Amino acid sequence: MSISKKEVKYVSDLSRIKLEEKELEKFTSQLDKILEYIEQLKEVDTEQVQVTSHSVELQNVVREDKKTKASLTNDEATGMAPDKEKEFFRVPRIIE
Amino acid sequence: MEFEPVIGLEVHVQLNTETKIFCTCSTRFGSTPNTNVCPVCLGLPGVLPVLNQNVLKKAIQASLALNCHIASYSKFDRKHYYYPDLPKNYQISQYDLPIGYKGFLDIRNNDKTKRINITRVHMEEDAGKLIHSEKSSASFSYVDYNRTGVPLIEIVSEPDISSPAEAHRYLEVLKNRMRYIEVSDCNMEEGSLRCDANISIRPTGSKELGVKTEIKNMNSFKAVEKALEYEIKRQIEMLESKQKIKQETRLWDADKEVTTSMRSKEEAHDYRYFPEPDLVPIIVGPEWVKELKASLPQMPDEKFKQYIKKMGIPDENAYRLTAEKELALFFEKCAELYDNYKSLSNWIISEIVQYLNKHQKTIHDLKKLDPKSFVSLVKMVDKGEITSRVAKDVSTEVIEKGTDPEKIVKEKNLKQVSDVSAIDKMVDDVMAEEPDAVEKFKAGKEGVIGYLVGKVMQKSKGKANPKVVTELFRAKLK
Ligand SMILES: [Zn+2]
Repeated sequence: MSISKKEVKYVSDLSRIKLEEKELEKFTSQLDKILEYIEQLKEVDTEQVQVTSHSVELQNVVREDKKTKASLTNDEATGMAPDKEKEFFRVPRIIE
Repeated sequence: MEFEPVIGLEVHVQLNTETKIFCTCSTRFGSTPNTNVCPVCLGLPGVLPVLNQNVLKKAIQASLALNCHIASYSKFDRKHYYYPDLPKNYQISQYDLPIGYKGFLDIRNNDKTKRINITRVHMEEDAGKLIHSEKSSASFSYVDYNRTGVPLIEIVSEPDISSPAEAHRYLEVLKNRMRYIEVSDCNMEEGSLRCDANISIRPTGSKELGVKTEIKNMNSFKAVEKALEYEIKRQIEMLESKQKIKQETRLWDADKEVTTSMRSKEEAHDYRYFPEPDLVPIIVGPEWVKELKASLPQMPDEKFKQYIKKMGIPDENAYRLTAEKELALFFEKCAELYDNYKSLSNWIISEIVQYLNKHQKTIHDLKKLDPKSFVSLVKMVDKGEITSRVAKDVSTEVIEKGTDPEKIVKEKNLKQVSDVSAIDKMVDDVMAEEPDAVEKFKAGKEGVIGYLVGKVMQKSKGKANPKVVTELFRAKLK
């Protein structure tokens, strides 16, 4: 096994995804298969290959510090949210 | 047992760009909530963030001003956490390859210089603003995403700070440098500079570190100092009563002047960093670093040293003059015109700095202030042409309107009067009007002379030479 049920539970908690016991079992075995599949990559000899964080050979893609596109209006922005009040997005109370 | 604190600071500085770090929304403070937002900073699906080149430039300039090395290869990473102020559920930050690393700031405290090492400087995007209702029964919080994506740099110090006063000085030096190079206005009230502190204590001389707490929610330099003082006391008391210090985040309560444990559920801080696939690596060549380094102005502490060593200005004056770049530049312009540097520094502080403090202004607001007319005011005092009193009376007009003080003095007939015959009558009058004071002086109360001289100064509208007045009184009251 590449991943335990405990790990799946931990990751789902971090991602705020609530899983029932049955789902945990199911996803653990599915994730395990996926990870196993990915493990095959380890068989490639990468001794001579430099570590990279990107697959494309691009660097320093930047833009000018200028307003080139209009921002959304308040209605456009908050209108697509499931809950709003006045100009604000509304969320369940966060206790500080 | 004696204890010593070990303090490290994490400072967030907002870079003063026009637009956000990864989209072209405005960074303006105080706009209508949720109007400086777009699909990129709201984290809508299918968008592509692109780095603002001005953010990169300013981050490098800031790193250089903090004596950091600049990474030749740097990248962005995603930091994951779930909180409603973060629409994407991850913050784009830099993890293992920050833009600046291994720097330092030299601070002066009690006439000693101390080096505070800087671990790293990295770029990241700011989060939104949560608004909570005052009522504890309220069932909602409100979110404004205007601040989401505003560019920040985070400056992390080594735990080299060993007192709250040192922490305060470090913040001042850092802020002055950021303002000198014009990458941020570092206004703590508006949140363009924020500071968190890590603090632990250990027996003095011990090499081992104690359990640290992280202090948040301090919104002035004074608050940082006070919060640290409180926390040191709290931690010492805990150790002395054999209690265990818990590693936790604590919030500074400015009203009660205490730190309290953040009672929110202690969650695993597992940010699951990974390289941001939407942004490509940043390569900074040595030529660009050289060019940016050359573009930096002289730093406040270099000016400070120069003012003391080459110009003979008192420490405190030099410190105050160099705190603000424009003030230092004004002083330097004056110094080109007149070489009594000490006198210039005194008058700039007593008149201009005080004027600015009194009217809550900055030197930028003094559009008409002219070094030539200010220098001529100082020269007139130094030559004895006007008294200090008169100089103070006319300084406001010189500061606000840039008027030539010679003209004001001539028009209002304010030249210093040193001629004995002119002053003599006023001295006699005051002696007649103030018999009690005269008696007291004769009875040996030396201090009363100040009062009597003051009366003559009033009569002369500040023009009488106070030295001559004093001598006359002494002669007459012998
Ligand atoms: Zn945007």
